[in-house]
Amino acid sequence: MIELDGAGVVVGPRDHEVTVLEPTTLTLTERRVAVIGANGSGKSTLARLVNGLTLPTTGYVRVHGLDSHDDGPAVRRTVGFVFSDADAQLVMPTPLEDVALSLRRLGLRGRARDERSREILARFGLDHLADVSVHALSGGQKQLLALAGVLATEPQVLVCDEPTTRLDLRWRTHVTALLAGLEQQVLVVTHDLDAAQDADRVLVVDGGRVVADGDPREAVRAYRELMARPVDGG
Amino acid sequence: MRSSRRRRRVREPWAGPLGSYTPGPSPVHRIPPGPKLLGLAVVSVVLTIVQGPWVAVGTVVLSGVLLRVATVPARAAARALAPVAVAAALLGLYQWWARGWEVGVTTAASLVALVALATVLTASTRTDVLLDTLVRSTGPLRRVGIQPQTVALTIALMLRTIPSLVTMSGEVRDAARARGLGRDPRALLVPFALRAVARAHTTGDALAARGILEEDPSAQVGDAARR
Repeated sequence: MIELDGAGVVVGPRDHEVTVLEPTTLTLTERRVAVIGANGSGKSTLARLVNGLTLPTTGYVRVHGLDSHDDGPAVRRTVGFVFSDADAQLVMPTPLEDVALSLRRLGLRGRARDERSREILARFGLDHLADVSVHALSGGQKQLLALAGVLATEPQVLVCDEPTTRLDLRWRTHVTALLAGLEQQVLVVTHDLDAAQDADRVLVVDGGRVVADGDPREAVRAYRELMARPVDGG
Repeated sequence: MRSSRRRRRVREPWAGPLGSYTPGPSPVHRIPPGPKLLGLAVVSVVLTIVQGPWVAVGTVVLSGVLLRVATVPARAAARALAPVAVAAALLGLYQWWARGWEVGVTTAASLVALVALATVLTASTRTDVLLDTLVRSTGPLRRVGIQPQTVALTIALMLRTIPSLVTMSGEVRDAARARGLGRDPRALLVPFALRAVARAHTTGDALAARGILEEDPSAQVGDAARR
């Protein structure tokens, strides 16, 4: 369960403060939550609050009762985070080593860590690429590997910030189906409105505020109406 | 009608000489990473102290033999080391002109030999195994407040990042060419620097999001240190 209790984010010096996210109160218990909104609307900030990557400047964020401010490491153990730029998320030179890096958190060592890493890669259909340079993987393979690396530690909640934005249709379909099949609670920031409609709950963020929240069809319709307005400076 | 132009194969971007592990059962693969690292360190010191063209050229020959024994594909090794060889040759020519042929040959050959030996090390040793060894060997740094795990992760990130930065530089160059600014250094350097910094930020976020080095560091990078 994800709770935002008056959680807001303000950045910049005191005399030039910019509100990125207005104080927001939400309780997310649904298994599949989608966050949609225009570029710069604050949806990524909302996602980062859940993992503790960004701390609220007002209010609180709690995940399964853990406060992101006071229990940061525990929150990050509980919440996995996948970025849109998988290339930047992969730390080690080969897929096997990258998954193994995640498993170090679980205290797995040596041969056991290797075997577990290979099992995880096999589950994601990447076992044949275990020792290939990460640099040589396609965008879809990199995103799949990023997911494997995050899910290796079996987080209870998964947050994905535009995980399919850089993928072609085939990989987008594959990653979307994979996310849909996960046991974890998944919060996805996305521009893919078809995928958003399949969620259990959709939040629409605009101008740093949640302007629509609830039934996916109604929320997506509200978003389409919002986006039909002319672009400033366009 | 057949085209008279020859088709060219699109090659993968240059990924640098280091960090490309090649699995294999060779004798070099079977040597534990500790002795390999120590050997590289000893050769570096010897080349610095015992200066001379024949010692340096001999080390180049030795590194070539080791690359062969480690079953690093010759074409891949040549392609990875070629830019280093060109840079070493330019440096060597300058030294030849400034200080004589012996210094020129020594400088160029030493540089090529050390990078080639480092290539043997990374081609025959998995990075995470290397990390464990680095953590063990840099353990005493804890006394001066430096976390060995951080040092090891920094080296792993360096090995991982070099190919990405090479790709990024190609993208920036293409973008500058597309705007007709291919010869303007500002159109190359400024976006490259900005993108490199942005990438560093994203990688930092990713490390933080994965909780790497966050809790008990000894349980993470280089857990062999506790064995």
